[in-house]
Amino acid sequence: MENLNIGKYVEHFVDWLSDAGEPVFRQITIIIENCVDVMQGALLSIPFYILIALFALLTFFIKNKSCRRSNVTKANAKDIFDLPIFCILGFLLIYWMGFWEETINTLVLVIVATFIILLIGIPLGIWCARNKKVNAIVRPLLDLMQTMPAFVYLIPAILFFSVGNVPGVVATVIFSLPPAVRMTALGIRDVPKEIVEASVAFGCTGRQTLFKVQIPLAMATILAGVNQVIMLALSMVVISSMVGAGGLGESVYAGIQQADVALGFEAGLCIVILAIILDRTTQSIGQKKEVAK
Amino acid sequence: MSKIEIKDLYLVFGSAKRQAIKMLKSGRSKKEIHSKTRCTIAVNNANLSINEGEIFVIMGLSGSGKSSLLRCFNMLNVPTSGSLVIDGEDITKMDKDALLNLRRKKVGMVFQHFGLLPHRTILDNVAFGLEIQGLPQEERHNKAKEILNMVGLSGYESSFPHQLSGGMQQRVGIARAIATDSQILLMDEAFSALDPLIRAQMQDELVEIQQSLKKTIIFITHDLDEAIKVGNTIAIMKDGVIVQQGTPEDILLNPADDYVKAFIGNVDMAKIITASAINEPFKARIWQGKDGPASALRLMERHLLKFLPVVDHLGRLIGYVGEKDIRKKIANKENNIDSIVTDIPKVSMDTSITDLLPLFINQKYPLAVVDHKDRPVGYIRHSDVVSMVTGYDDDKVQSIIESAN
Repeated sequence: MENLNIGKYVEHFVDWLSDAGEPVFRQITIIIENCVDVMQGALLSIPFYILIALFALLTFFIKNKSCRRSNVTKANAKDIFDLPIFCILGFLLIYWMGFWEETINTLVLVIVATFIILLIGIPLGIWCARNKKVNAIVRPLLDLMQTMPAFVYLIPAILFFSVGNVPGVVATVIFSLPPAVRMTALGIRDVPKEIVEASVAFGCTGRQTLFKVQIPLAMATILAGVNQVIMLALSMVVISSMVGAGGLGESVYAGIQQADVALGFEAGLCIVILAIILDRTTQSIGQKKEVAK
Repeated sequence: MSKIEIKDLYLVFGSAKRQAIKMLKSGRSKKEIHSKTRCTIAVNNANLSINEGEIFVIMGLSGSGKSSLLRCFNMLNVPTSGSLVIDGEDITKMDKDALLNLRRKKVGMVFQHFGLLPHRTILDNVAFGLEIQGLPQEERHNKAKEILNMVGLSGYESSFPHQLSGGMQQRVGIARAIATDSQILLMDEAFSALDPLIRAQMQDELVEIQQSLKKTIIFITHDLDEAIKVGNTIAIMKDGVIVQQGTPEDILLNPADDYVKAFIGNVDMAKIITASAINEPFKARIWQGKDGPASALRLMERHLLKFLPVVDHLGRLIGYVGEKDIRKKIANKENNIDSIVTDIPKVSMDTSITDLLPLFINQKYPLAVVDHKDRPVGYIRHSDVVSMVTGYDDDKVQSIIESAN
């Protein structure tokens, strides 16, 4: 018996799509490329010490806000200052190792991808939470997206967007989208029924219920989803160096190809530092919301 | 004309509603219908008429359909068939805008677990209904402050719900429902989540609010004592059917069937608290005009008292009624208690014992303690004064009396 060639059909479909959707893909390419270039150019035009100081201040403000409810004591003074200090030391280390430009490039890719993900994922999650049919369609798709090996996304990404940062961002968006949709839907579905009922009983329209009750109450869960999205995006941005995306991934990839342990380790260390800073920062935004609850 | 009129109302949950109603009308049982159509009959042919300004209690065990019926009053549940007319308008036929308007301006709701917004301050919670209507912030905050003051929560404006006790949270829930000036209040087991003492207090406050604001209140409960205490009319539901409807007197004197009888017999005497201090708080009062002899007697039996204070519509003390007089009234089948109200000396909380003593002469009943608004707060018994002055306990006083005789 002949083998069933599902892959063949998918290939035909992808071929057709890359022809038919060409103008759309070109527009997307231009937009993403410009976004990435402008942001990278802007961040790299700032002297590194000022940028580090800005990052440290940003983490300080976020931490400070999250701890504000309790009075400043010795115990939580440590909580407020540990992240900014780590931020300064970590970025200085990256700079002295000579990976400053690559790190900024990676950061920009993560930011752009995350922005696109939230733009798609949060409305989609809200829709899923409110409509059972949409949920029934989207859920298996999300499962598929999450279980499919990350590298597989790189193939159509190249076909549609050639090589460079853009297919990297697109593959990252596809790979990291599921938690944004899932956590948003979960958060909104978990809002106590009686509170939603109360808002309807007082004459809220669907939109008022959503914006005045459901989203504020789901915010902690949504932000936990954002944290996951950023972490996944960081890992995928590194992998997508295989399709020519720049940044730290490129260095790691070079390390692999040349069997250069030193290069690989240094680039890897930079990724770890960046990951810790991104994770702690977004986590403390979520914590703030939980305290307010 | 009555304020709310319900006619032949059916509420069915499930997809095959038409079939379920057809089966129901041909006399099949609820179970049979459920196994065949997967539909649940929540309300089965309800007919009610509710007068303006009354507290209408719908009572039943859990699963009897009382909460489902309540949610028809603001179309949170859409009746499967039948009509629900408020002020001459059938709300089941309203379009979207009219329905929003009904919910915003006419019908307020209070929930069992309060349903407050945890991320908003108390002030913003109370102002929520007004915010939905699009009132500017200053206006709605002023109104909310006024209402908070009325329910005794001024000073808590910037607190969050989780910082308040259950009783206080439910006051916020009531304030939120009153703030929109709705004429109709739906209360879904509003006091069931509160502890007994707070609960009794809230029931009194609810009657006060109703007396002063003249709202039409539809009150859901599973507790007969609560129903008798707050209700002008009581409807008892079982398996989606309204089995009896009438004044508390009617229900107590002529229970329609065994289900209602079981309800009445099922009173939890263990809840009664024994007296200990010199000022015993009143655990019940009789509202002039609202309560008749039968409910008065019931209250007395429940609280083991031989008398009860009678208050007017503002909650001010008029006098006492005694158990013997009440029994005579019931035996004669008379309904008015005005003629048997006896005057009683009123004292305040800070009256001294020596000043109390002369008042006991020729007094058959304990003295009444009232607050600055003349509302009864408690009573003082002869024996308590005696033991207070002599320092003897009750047994010793009794034995002295016995040996003297």
